[in-house]
Amino acid sequence: MLSLDSFGLSSPLGIVLMLVVAIIALYVSRQPAHRAIISFSKVIHNAMRLSAKSIMAVESRLSNRNREVLLEAGREAKERMIEREFERIDATVRRDLSEYPAMHRLLSEEITEIEQDYQASIETPPEPPGWVKAVDAVAKIPSKGDPMVGNVLEDIHASLNKANKAATKEYRKASHKRHEHLRKMMPHWRKLLTVLTRADKNVTSILSRSNTIDQHMQEYESITNGTDKAIRILSSSSLQHFFTSLFVMIIAAGIAMVNFQLIARPMSEMVGGTTSLFLGFYLNQIAAMVMILVEMTLGIFLMESLRITKLFPIVGSLNDKLRIRIAWFLFIMLLFLATIEAGLGFTREILMEADQATNALLRGEEAGAAALESSVTWITTGSQMALGFILPFVLMFVAIPFETFVQSFRTVLGIIAVGSLRTVAWSLRFVGTLFKFSGKSLLHVYDLIIFVPLFIEQKIKNKQFNNSVLTDEVRGVKA
Amino acid sequence: MKLIRKIIVLISFTILMSCSNEQNINQSHGIYMLLDTSGTYTQELKQAQRVISFSLLKMKPGDSFAVARVDTGSFSEKDIITKVTFEDRPSQMNQQKRNFLQNIDEFVKTVKGSAYTDITGGILQGMEYLNERDPGKKTILIFSDLKEELGKGYKRDIDFQLQGYRVIALNVTKLRSDNIDPKEYLDRLEHWRKRVESAGGEWKVINDLERLEKLF
Repeated sequence: MLSLDSFGLSSPLGIVLMLVVAIIALYVSRQPAHRAIISFSKVIHNAMRLSAKSIMAVESRLSNRNREVLLEAGREAKERMIEREFERIDATVRRDLSEYPAMHRLLSEEITEIEQDYQASIETPPEPPGWVKAVDAVAKIPSKGDPMVGNVLEDIHASLNKANKAATKEYRKASHKRHEHLRKMMPHWRKLLTVLTRADKNVTSILSRSNTIDQHMQEYESITNGTDKAIRILSSSSLQHFFTSLFVMIIAAGIAMVNFQLIARPMSEMVGGTTSLFLGFYLNQIAAMVMILVEMTLGIFLMESLRITKLFPIVGSLNDKLRIRIAWFLFIMLLFLATIEAGLGFTREILMEADQATNALLRGEEAGAAALESSVTWITTGSQMALGFILPFVLMFVAIPFETFVQSFRTVLGIIAVGSLRTVAWSLRFVGTLFKFSGKSLLHVYDLIIFVPLFIEQKIKNKQFNNSVLTDEVRGVKA
Repeated sequence: MKLIRKIIVLISFTILMSCSNEQNINQSHGIYMLLDTSGTYTQELKQAQRVISFSLLKMKPGDSFAVARVDTGSFSEKDIITKVTFEDRPSQMNQQKRNFLQNIDEFVKTVKGSAYTDITGGILQGMEYLNERDPGKKTILIFSDLKEELGKGYKRDIDFQLQGYRVIALNVTKLRSDNIDPKEYLDRLEHWRKRVESAGGEWKVINDLERLEKLF
């Protein structure tokens, strides 16, 4: 191997000599070296810039695509909401309109009753008796101290008082009757008030729903116009939905695990298969997993049939009769599987008891085995059976967070992809700029290494310049 | 929706693959246990019952277990007291364990001491049994003082083929003569160790029956 020693350059003088030679070499090759450094830094800078530009173009396309997907998803969700609101209004209107003839009849009857009562309660002034005018004429006869006239008048007065009393009594009786009629009107008024209040409530409910629809429509318009506000709201809600659904799905996974533990062992009583492994799982474990997956699938399709989720549009677009039939079929299947699971829960408890008894026997604990047989185990048996029955129905609802997860996952994935592309583009730009300025710095470092010859060159140039200036001045003076 | 379709296709593919690529990884364990019934060693059979119970506790579906007596000529199926290959249904397996234990119990109650001790013949019979069952893990347990005494005319100068076998001597008691000359005992152990290891087997001695976990 070549070394400095082989050239006799290990001494300080040799090193100095080598440095001088190197500096001279660097000085001589200064111009091409500068050009090479600049070219190299430019190439890297441009390459990085172009790459960053390309990535940003991809990012832009992806952003637009994300925007479209987000708006489309938002539009679809909003349409569904508006549709539901209209369905509710439709149901309310249908219900109220169907009640309208009955309500109208009821109101008419009540009004007729009230009118009759009102007519009956009108106060008619008591008819003055016919002889009053005759009495009045007699009363106007001048008495002129005639005691007979006085007696007659007194009799008349007494008769009048008597008649008056009878009339007053009659009048009071009539008034009482009228009051009775008025009292009878009260329940009719109350009934009218109730009916009208109900009608008012329904109308208010429709008005409230119409306000909600207005609000939804405004948001829908905002989405169809593709405004930034709509995008922001949709992105935010998408992230929220993603994390919420993820959390619920983790809980569902926990439930599925519990379910698996509950049925895996008793499943070996049905299918056996605990002696050999398939892909690291025993056959009974695979059977238990498949059963849980089947339950979840049935649950997903049941939710689809009930139009709670919209993962498979073909199910939702089926005619109502067929869809309801499918829903019933799926529910019965699910019920059947839940019953099997309850049976497996029961079997599990029996197997556990048998295991414990056999193990106690093998350990020589005869008393322990007997105690196990006599212990009260119905609580755990019942609990396991109940769990086995309930968990499939609980897992059925995983369809809802699953749908939300799938829908929001696309958006979240898009956001992550856009973020990653932006980061890569920024990194490329940063590296490009770094190379650009590194090239410039390298030129200065290069010049710094050969500063001695450069200094000498500068001095020589200055001297030549001074000489030429001096010569020009002398020529000028001579001229 | 495309994503869902892809997930469904992936799950279906995985399930189909799991069905088609059947990997029969043999994890079963076969144990052949020899019980020495010669002379005074029959008194130790109660200890042997403990070992059998412990083994039954640890055994899983698909495992095979046979217990045979060592007498004058042990290379015979007739010397197998009881044998079982456990079913993969837990209820049946429990019943098998109970039956096995009952058979051993009856044997211990009715056993009569034999004049000779043909350990080699017992090992050969054990090899035959385990080779037929072909479990993933083969173990021969020898519950004996390892003092081989062959009857007149019995030839046992045969080399074993014990590749993949574990041979475990249990409760190797010391004889009266061992107390006088312990070298006899050590030589006996060494003799069997060499025979087993030269045949490709793994040799182990467990005298402390409180530490039977080493069996599995």
